[in-house]
Amino acid sequence: MSTTTLATTTSGISAAAPPARRSGSGLQTEPRAFKIVTRVVLTIFAVLWLLPTLWAIRTSLVSNATASLGAEAVLKDTNPTLHSYSVLLQSGDIWNWYVASAVTSVLTVVLTVLFASMAGYVLSRMRFRGRWLVFMLVVLGIMVPTQVLIVPIFRELSAMHLLNTYWSVILPQVPAVVAVFIFKQFFDGLPKEMEEAARIDGAGPWRIYRSIVMPMSTPVISAVGILTFVSVWNNLILPLYTLTNPKLMTIPVGLATVQGSYGQRLADIQASAILGALPLVILYFFFQRRIVEGFAGSGVKG
Amino acid sequence: MATQTLSETRPRTAQAKAGSSGPHWRRHPAWWFLAPFAIMYLLFLIGPTLYMLVASFFNTSLVHDGLGSFAGLSNYAEMLGRADFQSAMWHTLLFTILTVPPLTILAFVLAVLANRIPRGQVFFRLAFFLPFILPSASIALIWVFIYTPDTGLLAMVQGWLGMKPTAVLADPTWAMWGGAAATVWWTIGFNFILYLAALQDIPRELYESAAIDGATPWQQIRHLTIPLLGSTTTLVILLQIIASLKIFDQIYLMTAGGPGQSTQVALTFITGEGFTSNRIGAASAASVLLFIAIMIIAAARQGLSQIQNARS
Repeated sequence: MSTTTLATTTSGISAAAPPARRSGSGLQTEPRAFKIVTRVVLTIFAVLWLLPTLWAIRTSLVSNATASLGAEAVLKDTNPTLHSYSVLLQSGDIWNWYVASAVTSVLTVVLTVLFASMAGYVLSRMRFRGRWLVFMLVVLGIMVPTQVLIVPIFRELSAMHLLNTYWSVILPQVPAVVAVFIFKQFFDGLPKEMEEAARIDGAGPWRIYRSIVMPMSTPVISAVGILTFVSVWNNLILPLYTLTNPKLMTIPVGLATVQGSYGQRLADIQASAILGALPLVILYFFFQRRIVEGFAGSGVKG
Repeated sequence: MATQTLSETRPRTAQAKAGSSGPHWRRHPAWWFLAPFAIMYLLFLIGPTLYMLVASFFNTSLVHDGLGSFAGLSNYAEMLGRADFQSAMWHTLLFTILTVPPLTILAFVLAVLANRIPRGQVFFRLAFFLPFILPSASIALIWVFIYTPDTGLLAMVQGWLGMKPTAVLADPTWAMWGGAAATVWWTIGFNFILYLAALQDIPRELYESAAIDGATPWQQIRHLTIPLLGSTTTLVILLQIIASLKIFDQIYLMTAGGPGQSTQVALTFITGEGFTSNRIGAASAASVLLFIAIMIIAAARQGLSQIQNARS
């Protein structure tokens, strides 16, 4: 029983356990059986949750011929091969998709962070006629389901002659209203003394925003940046209709064509699913804390 | 212009007042700062919304410029009367019913359990949350392969268990279940981390004193955790309903609305009407109806978080 602990981490990140035996903590009462059940249930679900991904990886490492024989053949295969990956990486399509996804995601991040932080700065720091209206429009904008606007957005992009350009994916995703809100809330919590001092020294608002506020805001910049990056990288519905040129397709749109065009090349299909997901997996391992906190804090779901 | 004042929102100090009369602050930088975002907002949020509203009253077509002839309410009347629109709305609701309970309850259970163990949280977060940030297109390819009739992973496991293999996505009765299962797997991590964050805000002392009073872990969960997570649960459910009403990716990629019309949902119906049948007006009317449904839930969620913010 001595090892019984109840970890309540504060940051939500490090699961550092408190010392096993804390005198007088009164936490020695958790029954051993409960602990074991907890572990077992969690482990079963974790295995269940890892299984589909592991299965895709496993399949991507066999030949197309083996994969088409079915699950048992894949399971029993003893000759792992990277053939599917080399085929895909040499075909060139996937590189076009990577470039399209990277360009559209990065540019959207830059524009969203810049524009939304400026707007958030105004709402946090400035008082002006119409501020209430602007704030209401922000709250209203958070509620708007942009996916439902796909038909009119397509029509508009068509009229602007932006179809089959990266801009058709970038521009409609820049007004991510929740980003304004996240910036505003962060700025509200920043100390104002430095800005006061700078203002007395004659610094204008742009200068204060650029040289004082933004340098203090790296946590929120990276949080908004990562959230935007992930959502643009994964957006399917917008590029699906605006990018029909295979050379310009982003990863999700490219992958959407794979099922039809690869036919029975089942190992290649699974390898393409893995390759499409890989950049985000890498991102996750680098920015785990920021990503988890960002999503938990934003309360935005697809 | 001279009458405009600009001062700090928060501490309305004498300094701020003095600053507001300085020359720099008279040019009203607020609007310059707002302009870039406001332009994008007008172009890609307000603009399309208004266009959708207007076009829903016209016979607008993808193959003609302009709005086309005035249609009055006929697009709406057509939508509400059409069996395929009704069934798309019903399927959207069915998808919501199939996914919201497991996504809420299972996420809650997993988070409560993960929060009680001292070690290994990083691993469980990886297992449950990582799928959420992967592209729907990867998810669909993985699951369609798992569901491969007769030879897929699911069929193999069913064989081991002595069951007859189900051709999940090819069977109108099961196709929606297949999409729902993939969705639960894909997105549970989001709810999991929302719950985990809320759990970690509960003061440890509460559990300690409950334990001193002899409460079993089950009693602690029932009388402490569940009530304290009430507001998180409401938030999770509302977000979940909104996400379900907007369901598109999984259905488009896994079944394309089929077999037959059995998994046709609101948004695949709308894009089919707009992009395949070229009927922008009709698609807009359907969009408006879905838009209103989502805005009602979203307004409830906004109102609720305002109340919560005010309380805390």
